[in-house]
Formats: sequence, structure tokens, C-alpha cells
Amino acid sequence: MELPPAQFPSRRAAAVAVAFLRYRRGGPGRALRLRELRRARTEDIKDVGHKYYLELELEDVLDKDSTVNCTAEVLYHLGNKNIAPDVQFTLEGELKSTEEADHVFYTRIRSLEKELVAENIPDSHGHVPPELEPLHLLAWVASGYLVWQNSTENTQLQLAQIKHVKQVRRSDEYLQFDYLVLLHEMVSQEIIPWEMTVLWHPRDGVRVTRESRQPGHTSG
Amino acid sequence: MSLRTWTLLAVPGRAEPAAKMRLVLLLSALLGASLALETFVGHQVLRIQTRNEEEVRQLQLLESLEHLELDFWISPSAPALPVDVRIPAAGVQSVKAFLESQGIEYSVLIEDLQDVLDKEQQDMAESAQRERSTSFDFSSYHTLDEIYAELDHLASEHSFVEKIQIGESYEKRPLYALKFSTGGSNRPAIWLDAGIHSREWVTQASALWIANQIASGYGSDSSITSLLDKMDLFLLPVANPDGFVYTHTWNRMWRKTRSKNAGSVCYGVDPNRNWDAGFGGPGASSSPCSDSYHGPSAESEVEVKSVADFIRNHGNFKAFLTLHSYSQLLMYPYGYKCTRPDDYAELESLGRAAANAIKSVYGTTFQVGPICSTIYQASGGSIDWAYDIGIKYSFAFELRDTGRYGFLLPATQIIPTATETWMGLRKIMEHVLKKQD
Repeated sequence: MELPPAQFPSRRAAAVAVAFLRYRRGGPGRALRLRELRRARTEDIKDVGHKYYLELELEDVLDKDSTVNCTAEVLYHLGNKNIAPDVQFTLEGELKSTEEADHVFYTRIRSLEKELVAENIPDSHGHVPPELEPLHLLAWVASGYLVWQNSTENTQLQLAQIKHVKQVRRSDEYLQFDYLVLLHEMVSQEIIPWEMTVLWHPRDGVRVTRESRQPGHTSG
Repeated sequence: MSLRTWTLLAVPGRAEPAAKMRLVLLLSALLGASLALETFVGHQVLRIQTRNEEEVRQLQLLESLEHLELDFWISPSAPALPVDVRIPAAGVQSVKAFLESQGIEYSVLIEDLQDVLDKEQQDMAESAQRERSTSFDFSSYHTLDEIYAELDHLASEHSFVEKIQIGESYEKRPLYALKFSTGGSNRPAIWLDAGIHSREWVTQASALWIANQIASGYGSDSSITSLLDKMDLFLLPVANPDGFVYTHTWNRMWRKTRSKNAGSVCYGVDPNRNWDAGFGGPGASSSPCSDSYHGPSAESEVEVKSVADFIRNHGNFKAFLTLHSYSQLLMYPYGYKCTRPDDYAELESLGRAAANAIKSVYGTTFQVGPICSTIYQASGGSIDWAYDIGIKYSFAFELRDTGRYGFLLPATQIIPTATETWMGLRKIMEHVLKKQD
């Protein structure tokens, strides 16, 4: 069944697909976001769930002229809310290499004398200090994992803010950052604190190795 | 540079010439980095009154003891001249004891140098701010007081702009709106509000820019002029002042009002679930701790009741427009039910025209549709209420962005957001005006 892109079911599915994609393909030098939802179709698979077929146009937030087309499938499983939706995607074309920016960031962090610590990114006024921008992007990319893992047809999760980030030095070649982020859930309008441990290496990409939803943001 | 020289330059005088002030600012900027490495907490500055050569010699001896790290602002030279010395916190007591044992008189010029420095920094920043901003900076986020001051300013600059009080918030803050009226008596009117959800900062900021746009456009902009020649406009830039102050002082992500909920530790009601339109239905929570709590009853929130009363009493509103963020959506009723309003075709068409007008500025795309199918089913919303009491042209905007910054939209995007939003609002207002004939 064809779905109008203006309506929320197709847009929520698209958001999940893009979150997953951002996680798989992103890094401190690259974050993809949805430019346009071209087309959406849904299918009800008996005893399994709802499947969405999506045609997307994505853009690189650091280079708005760099766009790429994408087809994606999102399957929300029936019943059990604890299973993440299945997401598959196919990118048409190549993404620009971020090798140089990655290398600069990697070397900069590895050579820090003291482990990096930062708070409130962006700040209340939406400002991100330029030297912390890669850390901001990295969080947005990694939060794609949280969004993907915790999405249902009745939720729409976004990264709202990094409350705290701390670099953890490792003996291997990976960079590790322990984040406390706030996620915004659009349908309930709740703000949810979430801890995540993010590993990154230019060669391997981003990995969330530990994540833990925290007790609710105070409504006091 | 020695601290002494900097402080003497920086002693604030009300008639400080601008050039000297700038020199001070430059020096403090240069020193700022170095001062940040040291603090002067607990450091005292003593003024010593020497009476004879012997006492001068004693002080010169003191000066030579480098380990004390004394900083003589006026060095001991002759008995007639005072000696000023800065003493690090650790040495204050022993230096005083020494002076007393020698019978040398002194007084405390500065009890805690860090306090003085902090106050001076603050004074200079405020002074610079006053110098810089003789006009309101629309490209940054402001406090409630600053916004209210700008409302006063706009009202004083334009004869057809009046600041009115719609009511009072839970914590007794005034709900100030601007009334744009070039005459007549209770002319057909347009309502525009922002900031009903306090964390959506780009909305209050955009509302200010739009207010200025309208105020300064009357007489020169044909669209604004023909609108205000026939209709009045009411603009409430901060519909939830308690929540807004709370986002500045405690929690940037606060959404609701700040009313106390009986029997709960949680505060606040979602003011856009509190209107008398499908109140308590799907899409609103009955839990006081929820960010979409509808409240104990419709219009329980004074912020909502004040606006509803005002609009009911006025009786001649033709459009009800409200600004939210984020998601880039342009919506019309209904939210509390998923059936189409009677005026669906006209509202959809007008919505699309407005979205196209928005897109023409920077390419920003807004999705158009009824609330229920565009974002989610939500009961107790303001535009549903407005529509159901007969205000046909009721629209809710969700401004930039689509989630990269969300509520924390960079200040650099305020004016672009306000500009494109204004184009959409204008489109709607022009249509409403046309329909008045």
C-alpha cells in the first residue's frame, strides 16, 4: 500500500532507516541525514509484522551538496516490543571519503595529554565549539544505534543533547568515549537520559559496546 | 604586566571614556588567559602608613623576602607615602602579626581580591553589552526580561503598537502581548503565539523578529500595510513564561508549565494538551510526571485560560496561529480526532501555499496536513479549540530543524528561521484578509 510521505508512519520508518544507516556509515567526519522521503510503501506480513519499503535521498550534514539515493526496508516485528526492527538498505553510489579528517581527529585525540571531558553539547544556545564538532557528530552517529534498537511504530527518537562525554584511554588502537546523552522521544515528548560507550577507529567505524537507559529526566 | 597596573586602570568610574574602557577590555582579554591560571581568592591588599625611616626600612626588609611572594603595589620609599601590598592568602595572618609586633599601622584596602576582580569582570561585560546593544540583537537567544524590554521598546517606537497584558502565569509573571492596530473598534483580528512549550526557543526568538518585521513594515511593506489597515494582530511571544524562565535557570529541556500538581512530586502540565478540545482523549497523558500531561481539567492552567478568555471575550478573531519546534511541519485541525475538518480542502490548499512560500526562501521543506495524520493524535490542543469555536484559519507550525539540533537550534539559524516562517504566515494572513470582504 502506497503511503503519503507527509504522514507520520512513513516518516517514522524513514527515521529508523536513516538512524541505522547513519550508525553504519558515519563517524566523526560524516553524518548522513534525510533530505527527502521520495516514496513509501507498506506491507502487512501476516504473523510477522509491518514492513516499510522506502526510497530516500540522503545528504551529508558537513557537505550539503553531497547527496546520495537510497532504498531501505524496515520491518517492525509484531507483538514483542523488545526486538529491534530489521533494517536493510542499499546506497546508490559512493560516499565521499573522510580519511583525512578521520586521521586528523584520531591523531589529535591520541596525542592529548589529558583525557578529553566535555559537557552540554550543544549548549543552551545551540553552540558547539568547533573543536568538539567531531565529538558531537560521533554521538549523533552512535545514537543511531540507540534509536534503531529502541524504535517501534509508536516512537520517534532523536538525540537531543550530549550532557557529558569522557574519553577513556585504551591500550588497543580504538578511541573510547563514554557518553551520557539525552534522547527526545517525539510521541510522548519525553526526554530520556541514556549512557553509551562508543568505540571508534578510522578503519573500523563506530561501535556502541555498552548502552544503558537511565531513570527518567526529572519532571520536578 | 603586573596586576597593580591593570587594577589601577580598571577601577570603574561611571564617566569612563570609551577609549579607555576599550583599552581596559583589551587588557583584560589579554590578561584573561593568564588570570585564569591564577586565582586571588583570600588575597588581601593592605595599606601601610609608615611614620618614620625605621618603619620604611622594616618594610623594605619584608619586600626582600621573596618566599613570601608579596606584591607591593606602592613600594616603601619615604615615610610620608603609603605602602600598598598584596599578600597571598597563606601569608595574610603572619604579615599582619609582624606589622602589629612592630607597631606599624595598616588598614585593609581589599578584603578578598578575587571578589573585586569578579565584580569588575562583570561590570565590564555589562558595560560593553550596553555599548554594543543599543538595538535588540535578533540573532541571539534572550531572557524573559530582555524580551519584555523589547516589547516595551517596540510599543514606544510605533503608535499603532501597544503592549497589553493578557493575564498572569502560575508564578505570577505577566503574560504580555503586542497589539498591532491602526484604528477601528474591535476589528477582525489575527492571533499569533509562540513559546507555549518553553524549550522550543527558536519560536520565542522568531516571534520577536516577526514583531519587529511587522512594526517596521507598516507603511512600506504593501502586504503588512493592507493587512493592518483592515485587521488587528495580537502577538504573544512567550505564552509560557514560567517554563521559559525555568529553561534558562534549571532545565533547558523543560516543556510544560510550572504549576504544582496535587498529590505528586512532579510539576507542570503540557499547555498544549490542556485546551477544551477533546480534552483527556488519546494522545495526552493522565500522569503528572509525563511531559504530555493534560492536567486535572481543561483550562486548568492559567496560561491557557487567560488566552482562551481573551479570545472568547474579543469575539472577532479570524485566524489562530501558533509556533512550535521542531520538525518542519505546517498543520491544521484536527489532532484530537482523525476525521477531517469541514474546511479541509481550503486549509490543505492554504497550507500548501504557505509551505511553498517558506520553501522559496532557503529551500526548507515543511510537510503539510492535519495534526492527527501528520505528527500524531493529540487531544486538548490549541488550534483544535480555536477551530471548534469558529476560528476557521487555525494553523500550528513546527519550525526548524528535523532533529540534528532539535530544540538546541544554533542562534545563527534564528533569523533564517524567522524569515522563512514569516513568509508562510504572511501567505495565510493575506488569504484571511482577502476573505474578509
